[in-house]
Amino acid sequence: MPKTDSLQGSLDLLVLKILSRRPRLHGYALMTAIKDWSGDVLNAEEGSLYPALHRMEEAGWIRAQWVTKTTGRRARNYELTTAGRKQLEAEESRWQAVTAAVNRVLRTV
Amino acid sequence: MSLWSRMANVFRGEGVSREIAEELESHIAEAVEQGRDPAEARRAFGAALRTREECRDFRVLAWLDSVRADTIFAWRQFLKHKVTSAAAVLSLALAIGACTSAFRLIDALLLRPLPVAAPEQLYAVVRQGSDLVDDKPVMSTDWPYPSFRLMRDAVKGQADLLAISYTQRTDLTYRSDAEMEKANLQYVSGWMFDSLGLRPAAGRLFTENDDLKPRAHPYAVLSYDYWKRRFGRDPKAVGRTFQLGESLFLIVGVGPAPFTGTEPGTVTDIFLPTMMHPGVTRDDWTWMRTLARVRPGIALEPLRAKLDAVSYAFEKERSKGFKDETPESIERFLKQRVVLEPAAAGASGLQQTYRTALAAMGVLVALVLLIACANVANLMTAQAAARAREMALRVSIGAGRARLVQLVLVESAWLAMASAALGAWLAWWSAPFVVSRINPPDNPARLILPADWRVLAFGAALTLAVTLLFGLAPALRASKVNPARALRGGASNPHARRRLMHALIAVQVAFCFVVLFVAGLFAATFDHLSHFPLGFAADRLLTVETVASSKQPAVFWNEEADRLRAMPGVESVALAGWALLDGNSWNNFVSVNGAPLSPILAHFLEVSPGWIDTMKIALLDGRDFRLSDATPGAAIVNETFVKQFLHGASPIGMPFAAHDQSFRVVGVVRDSPYRSLREPIPPVAYVPFQPTRRATIMIRTRSANPLAVASILRREVTRARVTNVGTQLDLVQAQTVRERLLSMLALFFAAVALALAAIGLYGVLDYSVLQRRREIGIRMAIGAQAGDIAWRVTAEVFRMVLVGALAGFGVGMLSARYITALLYQVRPSDPAMLAIPSAILVGTALIAALPAVVHAVRIDPVAMLRAD
Repeated sequence: MPKTDSLQGSLDLLVLKILSRRPRLHGYALMTAIKDWSGDVLNAEEGSLYPALHRMEEAGWIRAQWVTKTTGRRARNYELTTAGRKQLEAEESRWQAVTAAVNRVLRTV
Repeated sequence: MSLWSRMANVFRGEGVSREIAEELESHIAEAVEQGRDPAEARRAFGAALRTREECRDFRVLAWLDSVRADTIFAWRQFLKHKVTSAAAVLSLALAIGACTSAFRLIDALLLRPLPVAAPEQLYAVVRQGSDLVDDKPVMSTDWPYPSFRLMRDAVKGQADLLAISYTQRTDLTYRSDAEMEKANLQYVSGWMFDSLGLRPAAGRLFTENDDLKPRAHPYAVLSYDYWKRRFGRDPKAVGRTFQLGESLFLIVGVGPAPFTGTEPGTVTDIFLPTMMHPGVTRDDWTWMRTLARVRPGIALEPLRAKLDAVSYAFEKERSKGFKDETPESIERFLKQRVVLEPAAAGASGLQQTYRTALAAMGVLVALVLLIACANVANLMTAQAAARAREMALRVSIGAGRARLVQLVLVESAWLAMASAALGAWLAWWSAPFVVSRINPPDNPARLILPADWRVLAFGAALTLAVTLLFGLAPALRASKVNPARALRGGASNPHARRRLMHALIAVQVAFCFVVLFVAGLFAATFDHLSHFPLGFAADRLLTVETVASSKQPAVFWNEEADRLRAMPGVESVALAGWALLDGNSWNNFVSVNGAPLSPILAHFLEVSPGWIDTMKIALLDGRDFRLSDATPGAAIVNETFVKQFLHGASPIGMPFAAHDQSFRVVGVVRDSPYRSLREPIPPVAYVPFQPTRRATIMIRTRSANPLAVASILRREVTRARVTNVGTQLDLVQAQTVRERLLSMLALFFAAVALALAAIGLYGVLDYSVLQRRREIGIRMAIGAQAGDIAWRVTAEVFRMVLVGALAGFGVGMLSARYITALLYQVRPSDPAMLAIPSAILVGTALIAALPAVVHAVRIDPVAMLRAD
């Protein structure tokens, strides 16, 4: 089971955000990106990352493409779609609203 | 979009799984490339299979995927039990095909709305009264034109009345008399096309202005169907002329493609304005139907009452001129009541003749379908018993109840769909085949039988219903499996399962009895009618209808007959107004020996000297006509005439009068049916020819096939024109077309029903013996006799057969009331009609039970008890 629960509810947002900055990443690169960019705080589990990727792909937010790497191995690269860009905006503002609200609560109590 | 791609992914099979697996594999390889230890990376990844399944669930529609898997599994099951599957599919296909066929016929004839604007506003204006002779209720659809005109004016603004004649097959020519051809003519009101919202395919259609003055509008509109058949859609057909009788008609246009007239069963070729009909001014000639297009929002009853009042006033006025009718018959005649009948599907004679027959047929095939369903349900139940362990295993590894129901239902759906496909093929050719059997000489029924969404929807609904009907009970039963008990080896409650199967047997037997009983009634009817004593010999008898250009005296016709007598292969020749049983009739009230008019109608037929010889009708008393006899003057009467009017007095020389003409009886002949086999033989007076345009030449040939001389015959008849050549045998057989068809189909379905019920019975008995073989072994081991075993095995099932037969008996007696109109000299309560189906059923049940009984008695107790 996941080591850190910190990703709960924000995995989609993180994936969409990363893909908006750096298009065409495969699953492993996405995982490392989450880890590196969060300063080793956030850790995406393979068991939740891949189902999330496939779910978002079916929702039409991201699309995948097989590319053959120099080693001859195939990798599945993801990039944002127009719908995904809209979704990112929505998720981002929702996240802002939620964290602001949580902060407000933390301050007042 | 997402739903669509998830649906599409279901059918990519393993592709989706493979793709996901490759991606996950690529993830680990990437990790290794980045310098991680392969084993560590794999461990960190966790359960790859689980991740793959989770991904897959997002990519595919889970329930559709399960249906797909079930479908493949069911197909394998289907192939595994080839023989039983084939038997089930075959019996279901036969039943589904028959049902679809019956639906196609019923739909085309009775249900399908005419291809016109707002067909639901159409009503047929008909009169209901009672028969002049016996008191039976009769419905007449025919009207005289002057009465129609008054009614039309009376309801203007509320309803549009349309006069539409019966279609008549008539001779016409586009060139010379030598190239006569036949076409279905129909006289219609000029405003009909407008009122029905029809647009021309070429030229123009009639308007009200084409239907104003008698004989003033020699114009014609072709039906699209005729335009296509006769002219190959040639636009130049519009503007051509044709000769019909004495008038030349100009073709002004072609009707729209789907419109073939308002009489289902007959396709109209040529429409003419009603004003061109010779009877349009006659108040005593009824030659047309009246259809009413009722404006929206108009109440029917006041409209009906208004039409009734107008019609009554018209007939009352007309009856003042009746001379030959008794006051009672006039009063009865005036008692007729106008009725409006919905006519969205049109109005035709074929509808009247076949409405009940088709309904009866539809019920019979539905019963056969139910019998087939019961069979398959029993089959599935027995199979489910064999698969109890499989089901239990599925439950134990986590299959839900709904999932099991789905599995069994998908298997049923396979069976149903395979049957539906085969059934569709069956319905494809069988419906036109049945229509082709309805073929009175020279005028075969043409019923447009489209296979469109209506038929498809019916087929789909039927398939679904059938699936649920035979699949649901076994599916629910299978889903109730108790895994612990089933896996341990004890079957789940076998009694409940047997009870279901036995109940189905009772239902099957009941339906089978009804089908057999009704088939018996139809067969007996046909038998009675086809062995009806005709009083004349119908074989080798050619009927040649001829028409002269003007009225000709008897001498003219006799000369024509003389020339034919000299032809080779001809035995004898005579003349008649028309052939017996061709549907024509001429009747009058008669006054015998100066007495007042009798209340019973006498029928008349003009015949030449030698006619009774040619027909081989026995002369009982007196003499045949001589050339010197004429009308009025001499008459030959039949036995019924003597019985009815002369009351045993010596008939020869007896004077009688009809319609201001007086006759004297010169001979008495044996009874023959006159217009129809089904009505009682009427009193008939045969009288010598009067000057006439039309006559039918009766030729008795030497060769067995009378039509062999038909080809040279047209050359020999020089001064009159031959319009139709047929045989008397065809006319006789045409009388029983419906009965032949009904009895043929009913017997066929009875055989199918019987076979299905027998197979069902055999299957159930065999299954119960298989299930009880251990019990039987024990019984035998402790000394039970063979007879005892046989009794034990069959008693319960035979009780069910008895219950079913009794139920079927009751249902049969009740349903017989609805088909009395189709029966002839057959009483449903006749013991023979009940005994025969009962005996057949019991006999079949005994034969079907035999293999199972033999199987049971042959069980070796030692082997049986050692097994397991």
